[in-house]
Parts: sequence; C-alpha cells; structure tokens
Amino acid sequence: METIKLVYPVEGGDLIEAGEASSKMKLTLKKLGLPQDVIRRASICMYEGEINMVIHADGGQAEVEVDTDQIIIRMQDTGPGIPDVAQAMQEGFSTAGQTARELGFGAGMGLPNIKRYSDEMSIETELGKGTTVTVRIKIPQ
Amino acid sequence: MRLSDIKRILNAEVLWGEEHLDREVISACGSDFMSDVLAFVKNQALLLTGLVNPQVVRTADMLEMKCIIFVRGKVPGQSIVDLAKERDIVVMTCPKRMYEACGLLYSNGLRGNCDGDD
Repeated sequence: METIKLVYPVEGGDLIEAGEASSKMKLTLKKLGLPQDVIRRASICMYEGEINMVIHADGGQAEVEVDTDQIIIRMQDTGPGIPDVAQAMQEGFSTAGQTARELGFGAGMGLPNIKRYSDEMSIETELGKGTTVTVRIKIPQ
Repeated sequence: MRLSDIKRILNAEVLWGEEHLDREVISACGSDFMSDVLAFVKNQALLLTGLVNPQVVRTADMLEMKCIIFVRGKVPGQSIVDLAKERDIVVMTCPKRMYEACGLLYSNGLRGNCDGDD
C-alpha cells in the first residue's frame, strides 16, 4: 500500500462543534479496513488533540499518514505554546477554562490520554509560536 | 444484555433508535467527564452520563459505543439526538440518578469491565 496522506483543518473557537476532524478521520480509517483497536486508538488521540487545539490555540491542522505498518498523526497549531511540558503531561493538570470543563473536558487528561493510546508521542513547542504533537500508532501485521 | 432489557430496567425512554433495541452490550460505564471516559473505557458499548452536549456523542462515537443513556431525566436537544442518529448510536433518557442507574444495571448482570477487572 502506498502511503495515504490526509489533511484535516481544525476550526478554532467553537468547542461545542469540535471533533468533526476526528470523526472524518475515523470514517476514512474504517473505509481502509484497519483493525478496530487501531482505529479507536488513533481516533482518541486525534480527538483529544483536536479538543486541545480548540481550547488552547484557536484551531490548527492535523496531518495523518497511513502506511501498512503505522499511522502518524501530526497535530499542529500556532497557539501560545506549552510553558512546561512535563507539567502538562501530568494527569490532572489543566489550564483549560470553564467552557471546556462544562463540556466534560479540562480534567487534565488530554495529553496523558494521547500518550496512553499511542505507541510513540512527541511534543515540539515554542512559547508564542505554537505546538506540534506527533503520535505514532503501530498497525499489527 | 439487550438494550431493550436496559430500557425496561431503567424505565428509560428511547429518543432515537427504537428499532435497534435488540443490540447487545456486555459492559457499561458511567461518567460526566468525557476525558475520563476516553481514558478508561475499553470495550464498553453503553455510556451513562448526566452531561448533555454534543461532545458526549462524539466521545461515544470515538469509542464505537452503541448507546448513550442520559440520567437524572435529562433530555438532550434535537441537534444532539440527530448527531447520535448520524453516528448510529441509540439515545435514551431515564429518570434515575447516576448511582442508582449504574447499580440497577450492575445488579442485573451488566458489569463494568474496567482496568483491573477480568
């Protein structure tokens, strides 16, 4: 299989509608016939990333590459950056506001969940420039 | 356990998916924190929640859940029901509080299947 590249813009501002990009990606992965567990893990990573982009960065973009043996999801925003990545990775730490909490997020589980469901995760961030979260999910052969 | 049994046990009202009540679920989870649902759910196909917004449906969708039950008599707006319909997720509302709803289902044999359970 050739590498399949998908790009999903993530609209900022409207947290109530966030998650559309993740839904679209999930449908595409289903059509590709990938294992259910792989689809679920990729969807959760993307969804948490998408919610983060809307809460903290006024949107961004997700690039997804699907190969025979792995999925790479690169979630890029031009938001404020993360001052302390180690702190942001702790379960329970959150800087999300009231709106996010009312919607069932902001419990400080976003980045930890992305780590939990991916095989590899990296965060590149620069204050005032933005953040890129990249995850790799292996596809069992 | 079939969704039709769950409907009867909880005295629930179906808001969408009456024709899909023969669907079978083997475990459930109850939470108002969607991030916790995403963190701890494995193959639970039923979500009980008191939170009413579209992100409940999206969370359930990411986890391939079959049914959402809103507890404490909460009734979601039509746009939320439509979103669930689009994603083929049955929607019910029940008058019970979360603790009682979960307890009734558990005592009738529907387990949690959380981390650490076998």
